[in-house]
Amino acid sequence: MNVIETSELGKQYGKSWALRDCTLALPAGHLAALVGPNGAGKSTLMNMTAGLTVPTTGTATVLGGQPAGSPGALNGVAFVAQDAPVYRNLSAGDMIHLTRNLNRQFDTAFARARLAELGIPLNKKAGKLSGGQQSQLALTLALARRPRLLILDEPLAALDPIARQDFLAAVMTAMADDGVTVLLSSHQVAELERVADFLIVLARAELQIAGEVDDLLAAHRVLSGPTAEADEYARRLTVVQTRRGGAQTHLLVRASETAAPVAPGWESHQPSLEEVVMAYLRNPGVTEPAALARVQRPEPTEAVR
Amino acid sequence: MTVLTLPAQPGQTTAAAPVPWRGMVWVTWRQQRATLIAVPAVLAAVAVFLVIFGLKVHHDYAGLVGCSLNQGQQTSACAKAFSRFNSTDWPLGNTCSILMSLAPVLIGAFAGAPLLARELENGTYRFAWTQGLVRERQAIAKLAMLGGALVIVSFAFGELFSWFFQPFLWTEQMNRLTPEGVFDTSGIVFPAFTLVAFAVGAFLGMLFRRVIPALAATLGVYLGIRLGAWAVRGHFPLSVVTSDSKLFSKFGTPSLPGFPWILNTWVTGPGGKPASAAVASQILNGPGPAGGASIPKGYTEWNRWIPLSHYWPMQFIQAGWLLVLAVALMWGTVWLVRHRAA
Repeated sequence: MNVIETSELGKQYGKSWALRDCTLALPAGHLAALVGPNGAGKSTLMNMTAGLTVPTTGTATVLGGQPAGSPGALNGVAFVAQDAPVYRNLSAGDMIHLTRNLNRQFDTAFARARLAELGIPLNKKAGKLSGGQQSQLALTLALARRPRLLILDEPLAALDPIARQDFLAAVMTAMADDGVTVLLSSHQVAELERVADFLIVLARAELQIAGEVDDLLAAHRVLSGPTAEADEYARRLTVVQTRRGGAQTHLLVRASETAAPVAPGWESHQPSLEEVVMAYLRNPGVTEPAALARVQRPEPTEAVR
Repeated sequence: MTVLTLPAQPGQTTAAAPVPWRGMVWVTWRQQRATLIAVPAVLAAVAVFLVIFGLKVHHDYAGLVGCSLNQGQQTSACAKAFSRFNSTDWPLGNTCSILMSLAPVLIGAFAGAPLLARELENGTYRFAWTQGLVRERQAIAKLAMLGGALVIVSFAFGELFSWFFQPFLWTEQMNRLTPEGVFDTSGIVFPAFTLVAFAVGAFLGMLFRRVIPALAATLGVYLGIRLGAWAVRGHFPLSVVTSDSKLFSKFGTPSLPGFPWILNTWVTGPGGKPASAAVASQILNGPGPAGGASIPKGYTEWNRWIPLSHYWPMQFIQAGWLLVLAVALMWGTVWLVRHRAA
């Protein structure tokens, strides 16, 4: 089952597109990292998936075909927006009560226990909590809804390194216990490398690449060799990024190990996730090959404009 | 997908069963607590003042009525009582009347403009509107509960004010069917104005996504609605045309305080033709308190007017279109919540 499925999804604000023509599918059980520079459309994609933003074009469905924002979708999707918005004048206990009243299912005992564990007092106003505590409160409320899809927009930004680890650990626990699928946007690429098993890269309001991390890594090689011979590889293979260091050139190419045998004097190794991500972020013109995305593209139909 | 088997998780059956509305009672109460306490508290404080001052006004008024019934207006004690009433009771009553005509927009804008704009300003809409309860239902519940509370409170307050103001209808020779009198601040029109102001505030708050601009714009739009109400009121199909101008002389007494509303007056000459302007002016402005005695033979004074018995039909029409406007604005607000949330 695809927990998120978008088809030619687009959102236009005024004359500029925040996201354009985004078709992707996220199968259940993954922790998907959504990366991209500021303004690439990450929040827009998340807001549309959460049902908050109405798309200009295309469709977004969640949890196996439920339109984003429909009652069924809202029921199973929890969203922690950027900066973890909470009612500043409400206490943590009131926030629990509020969230329980706005949802069919809510695990009050879990929420109270987790806040106690984190040392967040129930009677303290949410506005008086630290940024990290507010993030934790928002995550707790989201987890207590027992969602099947958890969308987290930049949840790590307000956290110190230890809190970041704890936060990700809590997310991983929820994935292991309840089988939650997670979509998480972040600039902390190095940190994501350890937890994410699915990668979505957005650039300039367009989808650049999407796929399982293992597949992506297997489909890319870093080739290092004499600069003079680099052009020959560039002709044969899709080069995502070229880094020239004097006589030595490093090419990040889209090719499996077997598809890219190297000549003598050249070296080939599998890139790290960070290398792949950075290569794509630095070269926003390069877009994904269809095969990688594991997307069942719909039959070509008349585009509705 | 295996959709034919029994759902493995309770969450999978929930598409058909929406989140119950009743949760919104607590949510609305908790989020709008300041408004729901402040508005009734302020009105209650003013009400206490109106009751205390009103009892004095009614006491003084009873004395004036006694003077009038005993044909004793000319005695020095009665003259003094009248002049005292006009110099002490009326200025305060007049001030209350002016404040009362501003009350709907003060209450409505204060309650309505921040209702959704505050959420948008603080970013909390991204929390509230991604919970299980669909966001337009949240908005509908809040608009209904807060709007309902305002209608009840403002109706009660309007009734209290009507009682308070009753004596001035006679002493100030007021017209009961126009805003100079008590028409807009009594009955069901007063709560209707309050509801419209609230709906305007909520709508503009959702449109501008900022509290202060929404508040300011609400004041302006409400003023426009008040002026519009002023303009259309005379055109309600409730007026009658009579030729007996004497019947107006029975109004403006303690037993029949408050005048009906004379929309226009004209004079016809012999044969039913309109009289010349000079003649008409001479007749209408001639001697005699009601002018009736001085009308020459063959001439008739006509009046198009709204009788006092049409007070409630007037109220229903006025409050009716205000209610339609309020509902339309609320519908627009909910539409914006659905389509312009982010």
